[in-house]
Amino acid sequence: MNELVFFINKVLVSGSVLGSVYALGAVGVTLIFGILRFAHFAHGDMMTMGAFVSFLLAAAFAAIGIQTPLPTGFIVLPFALPIAAALALSIDRGFYKPLRDRGVRPVTLLIASIGVTLMIQGLIRLFFGVSNRSFFENEAKEIFRIAVIGAKRSISFSEPQVLLIITTVVAVTALHLFLTRSRLGKGMRAMADNADLARVSGINTGEVVRATWIIAGSLACLAGTMLALDVSLKPDLAFNIVLPIFAAAIVGGLGHPYGAIAGGFLVGFAETLAVFNWSSVLRPFKDVLPDGWTLPSNLSLVPTDYKLTVAFVILVIVLLFRPTGIFKGAST
Amino acid sequence: MTLIAASGLVAGYGGAPILNGVDLEVEPDDIAVIVGPNGAGKSTVLKAIFGLVAVAEGNVVFDGDDITNAAPDTLVPMGMSFVPQEFNIFTSMTVEENLEMGAYIRRDDFSETMASVYDMFPDLLSKRRQKAGELSGGQRQMVAMGRALMSKPKLLLMDEPSAGLSPIYMEQVFEHVQRVNRAGVCVLMVEQNARRALAIASKGLVIANGRNRFTGTGQDLINDPDVAKSFLGG
Repeated sequence: MNELVFFINKVLVSGSVLGSVYALGAVGVTLIFGILRFAHFAHGDMMTMGAFVSFLLAAAFAAIGIQTPLPTGFIVLPFALPIAAALALSIDRGFYKPLRDRGVRPVTLLIASIGVTLMIQGLIRLFFGVSNRSFFENEAKEIFRIAVIGAKRSISFSEPQVLLIITTVVAVTALHLFLTRSRLGKGMRAMADNADLARVSGINTGEVVRATWIIAGSLACLAGTMLALDVSLKPDLAFNIVLPIFAAAIVGGLGHPYGAIAGGFLVGFAETLAVFNWSSVLRPFKDVLPDGWTLPSNLSLVPTDYKLTVAFVILVIVLLFRPTGIFKGAST
Repeated sequence: MTLIAASGLVAGYGGAPILNGVDLEVEPDDIAVIVGPNGAGKSTVLKAIFGLVAVAEGNVVFDGDDITNAAPDTLVPMGMSFVPQEFNIFTSMTVEENLEMGAYIRRDDFSETMASVYDMFPDLLSKRRQKAGELSGGQRQMVAMGRALMSKPKLLLMDEPSAGLSPIYMEQVFEHVQRVNRAGVCVLMVEQNARRALAIASKGLVIANGRNRFTGTGQDLINDPDVAKSFLGG
């Protein structure tokens, strides 16, 4: 039983947490790609920026003495999301829109987004320094433990992890309803499908572009804040995971929001399974091993330092069999 | 009372102009057909009217308003719709969603218009929940026309609607065009299939080298020996 609990803690809990963060990031990347046709490399830093917005708001809340039963970093989200959306809109207005209006090629926008990446990281370091910060300096991070009969360990997960998974489910459901029920959401899918025909149909494409940045910016802030609540806040918080996020978006089929969610969880679980130390689960079988065989102390498929490669192995394998990603195989 | 009039249109894609002074006048109940050799600028006339190609000289008047170089998203609310030749449906969306996108500019209840589109194209009713990309070529063309009709246009511009269709579907497209016209929509279309299209045209224009060559009723043009010899294959 100890081994099962260990597996649940290390794989199910960690995998769902990582998968949720990747999924929220990849949805934004895929929406931007679908509408504007370029790989938005600065998306990771939009997540980090969103987390810092929440951090500032949480500090302000603490300063005026607001105390809540849930983590303050989570409570401030209704205020942080609109600020992050406005920041995303102004980044588009200031850097990408002028380039689009001149009809540049997507590769130019990609390079511009790398510039935005460096700029955001620089600004964050300038104002906040390079140190790690925690949302939980003045409040306790609650840990839930579920005791399992017959096991010494208990299944444990933290409050931010639970909140992350719940908000991911809520955000994904809301996005689904928006894309399939609302006029603007359908217009967004129409523009991603065929931008010329969308324009010919009289769809206000500028409005769709703004809606895209609002959604992508808010989801990035959500993902960044939840990630910072789970681990800690630092200037390169999400820059480190922008590559697996892109891998997740591509695995799911670029431009396909449901694919991005599936891709996010696929990559998240693949990474946690790959670095999982299997010897701890196999320990009960050490007595039945043939003579001379011993269980190595570390039996993970990939050393933790090489975790990043897992996303790309998954990417290559999926693209070999489905060159357009998991979800796009059948149509178009 | 002319619905759409263009005079002296000079337009192109940046380099040498494709159109070198095209005139046209279409009445509200017309089926007007533009024919001519490949590369004559037939499609460019439609694109110049619909604001997809910049007009360098000349002007376009729609329903009394000067609309020269107006953008598509301002023209659709004024009562103009365009069916491109290719990529004219949203393949990843259902038939019904395609129609809804045609009505995107409308804030009123468009269920009646949708019912009338399904009346016109009964084949689509049973496929309404299916992705448009999964339909046959003829059905896709119906979706494309239906989408364009959802904004309740006075003028429907169609770029080679029969291109790439099998003969049976081609015949259907011409029947659909007549049905749309009988419902009170003016149709201005470009056709490669010149003889068949002129047979249903109340007005025909032959365009060559970016200029008007012949104008008349569809029947006049079919019977004109010069037109027949040079442009209708004898």
